[in-house]
Amino acid sequence: MVVDPTALVLARAQFAFTVSFHFIFPAFSIGLASFLAVLEGRWLLTGRALYLDLYRYWLKIFAIVFAMGVVSGIVMSYQFGTNWAVFSDKAGGVIGPLMAYEVLTAFFLEAGFLGVMLFGMRKVGKGLHFAATLMVAIGTAISAFWILSVNSWMQTPTGFVMSPDGRFLPGPSWWDIIFNPSFPYRLVHTVIAAYLTTAFIVGAVGAWHLLKDTANEHARKMFSMAMWMAALVAPVQIFVGDVHGLNTLEHQPAKVMAMEGHYQSHPDGAPLYLFGIPNDREQRLDYPVAIPKASSLILTHDPNAPLDGLDTIAPEDRPPVWIVFWSFRIMVGIGFAMLALGLWSLVARARKRLYDWRALHRTAIVMGPSGLVAVIAGWVTTEVGRQPFTVYGLLRTADSASPLAAPAVAASLIAFVVVYTAVFGIGVWYIFKLMSHAPHPHETGIEQTERAPLRTAGITPGPTQNPTREQDGSPLPTVEDDR
Amino acid sequence: MAVNADLTTIWALIIAFAVFMYVVMDGFDLGIGILFPAFAPGEERDQAMNAIAPVWDGNETWLVLGGGGLFAAFPLAYAIILPATYPLIIAMLLGLVFRGVAFEFRWRDPRHRAFWDWAFTSGSLVAAMTQGMILGALLQGIEVDGRNYGGGWLDWLSPYSLLTGLGVVAGYALLGACFLAMKVEGRAEDHAYRLAGKAAWATLALMVAVSLYTPLLDGQYWRRWFTMPNILFAANVPIVTGILFFALGRSLRKRRTYRPFLIALGIFLLGMIGLGISMWPFLVPDTVTIWDAAAPERSQVFMLVGVAIIMPIILAYTGWSYWVFRGKVGTEGYH
Repeated sequence: MVVDPTALVLARAQFAFTVSFHFIFPAFSIGLASFLAVLEGRWLLTGRALYLDLYRYWLKIFAIVFAMGVVSGIVMSYQFGTNWAVFSDKAGGVIGPLMAYEVLTAFFLEAGFLGVMLFGMRKVGKGLHFAATLMVAIGTAISAFWILSVNSWMQTPTGFVMSPDGRFLPGPSWWDIIFNPSFPYRLVHTVIAAYLTTAFIVGAVGAWHLLKDTANEHARKMFSMAMWMAALVAPVQIFVGDVHGLNTLEHQPAKVMAMEGHYQSHPDGAPLYLFGIPNDREQRLDYPVAIPKASSLILTHDPNAPLDGLDTIAPEDRPPVWIVFWSFRIMVGIGFAMLALGLWSLVARARKRLYDWRALHRTAIVMGPSGLVAVIAGWVTTEVGRQPFTVYGLLRTADSASPLAAPAVAASLIAFVVVYTAVFGIGVWYIFKLMSHAPHPHETGIEQTERAPLRTAGITPGPTQNPTREQDGSPLPTVEDDR
Repeated sequence: MAVNADLTTIWALIIAFAVFMYVVMDGFDLGIGILFPAFAPGEERDQAMNAIAPVWDGNETWLVLGGGGLFAAFPLAYAIILPATYPLIIAMLLGLVFRGVAFEFRWRDPRHRAFWDWAFTSGSLVAAMTQGMILGALLQGIEVDGRNYGGGWLDWLSPYSLLTGLGVVAGYALLGACFLAMKVEGRAEDHAYRLAGKAAWATLALMVAVSLYTPLLDGQYWRRWFTMPNILFAANVPIVTGILFFALGRSLRKRRTYRPFLIALGIFLLGMIGLGISMWPFLVPDTVTIWDAAAPERSQVFMLVGVAIIMPIILAYTGWSYWVFRGKVGTEGYH
């Protein structure tokens, strides 16, 4: 069966578009769910209203992010069959069960407890409500576990046997499939990335409100918590990323060659290219800026160690260098910028300037979306670096696609681009609107005011401007009584 | 029609269960979306939305289990059916995008509410219609070439698939109206009972039409329904369905609280059994049986362990969540 080359390119573009758009939301919601669990836990432990206010503030944002993650995620569970039917048939016996486990252990858990988390505080009480928040947070982490196992298996397939008709069948041990060689590294790297992504968004919102009012206790708390994450976790992430890179060198050397821009082999120490314009046609890096022998030092811990280049890989097996080279540099650059901001916040903390150092706050605002950019760049690096294969070394992308007509794929691609841009664009705008409201005492919950139908008939204030707030004189947060 | 209790059969039943759970649970969500314009803006619509806001996400997860489960348990069927119904699947997914985000977005800006209410309805309508058409496209047959879909990209479009699409729209509207009758109060409740009556007539008419059309499609369906001894068993399905519709009409007139919804569930169950009589043991009519499409035994065993342990837990906490939000939603939002 021959797949129309145009349809193949369109199918790849569609998958890349839908999965990149989708991942933005879980990258944020995985971290945000844990952040919410921490906030609610600290509220229950300390009884401080501040934490409940912050919980309610971020819960409204979480509800939107989560909804967008769900609807864009359902698309993904069908994209395998619509666009990659041959891959689904061949690899379904191995990765299908892992995805089924993701549904059973993660999606149902998140969805089942989300209703109580969003709307159930007054119905079930504090303890059970906290349990629901924890279940949602745990669900997001379990989801990451399974889907990253699937992706890692496609990068470093192990534990399978081939059937005579070229299908992947599970071998005797599922452990070997699930815990394939790149999985532990990818899992840790991705989950930390999600935490950092959330921390930088929370930090930016805190910084924004500190610029307007340095005395805002709520903004101070969220900024401080976010900056602790940046200072403590960014260095860990750089270390984990390095170890992940070494693992990739061992199992997918061609990907590392593309990341490094090593077209040629270097028998006595490979340079680290800081900059260059990859030239696939001539198979060389134009305008290189290099540190001699540094790449060998980083990758093998020996400056004179030989490193193979793409000239050792058959031309039809080489990944496109330009994309991988640059997406990798974007990711690493952001990683070090995050580390720098984290260190700056420690200096500010030591000088007691954390809440009034305006340059720090402005930088934190600029860095707000940096985590999202970094995770997308990271995924581009690892996914494009796996090309031209879907299952690395074994099944080519060109041999994985559905037998689809190009007009059908083109039309659906346009539909996805239009709908996603419009719907999720508006969703992001709603999130900005919520973020632009300063966090304050007696923050309203989702269930309390915004949805009271009485308000739809008359004057309708903005979502967080609860008109009853001023009359609500109770200093401590009260969980409203049942009717 | 021998039924071996082998792993593949068990998996076919599990997938059928997941599909049924999806159809009835998201069915009433989508039905409420379809009926939404019939409710007055303000209190009536807010009640209708609040009736399902805490549970829609869990309901929709059954669709992921149905799709993901098909991928995992019957990868060949997944690899054939999805390309064959490609435009329908994409339209369904985009419909579900609009429907899903409307739950949150309609509360974010009052000036946009009318738009998101419209998105809620059209998204629900498109999702329901395309799901019905996917069913029709499957029943009317799919051209298979080796291990791939072998037809064109508009083969799914036919009078038959349009009819099954309308049938599912009507059936979901019935479920949605009966669900609302349990959950809302005041004028919205009166409204729900009236709509349920209309939806019941529409569902009955379309079920009869589909049932008459299907045996004409293909000799296999005719044999399955109208030859001895099959007819002795198969004939019970339309008879019981007729009785249930009669009981549904009575319970709606007497304005029972729970009974109409439970009867509507029964009607859907019989529809599912009818589908089983037509299809078994094929996943793609006349070409791919469940055994042809089955995943390797190791995959089946591995997943079965998970389903056996986790499914009861899922059902338990899903039930708990419904229990927490039991009773009428009231007119003051969430309580």
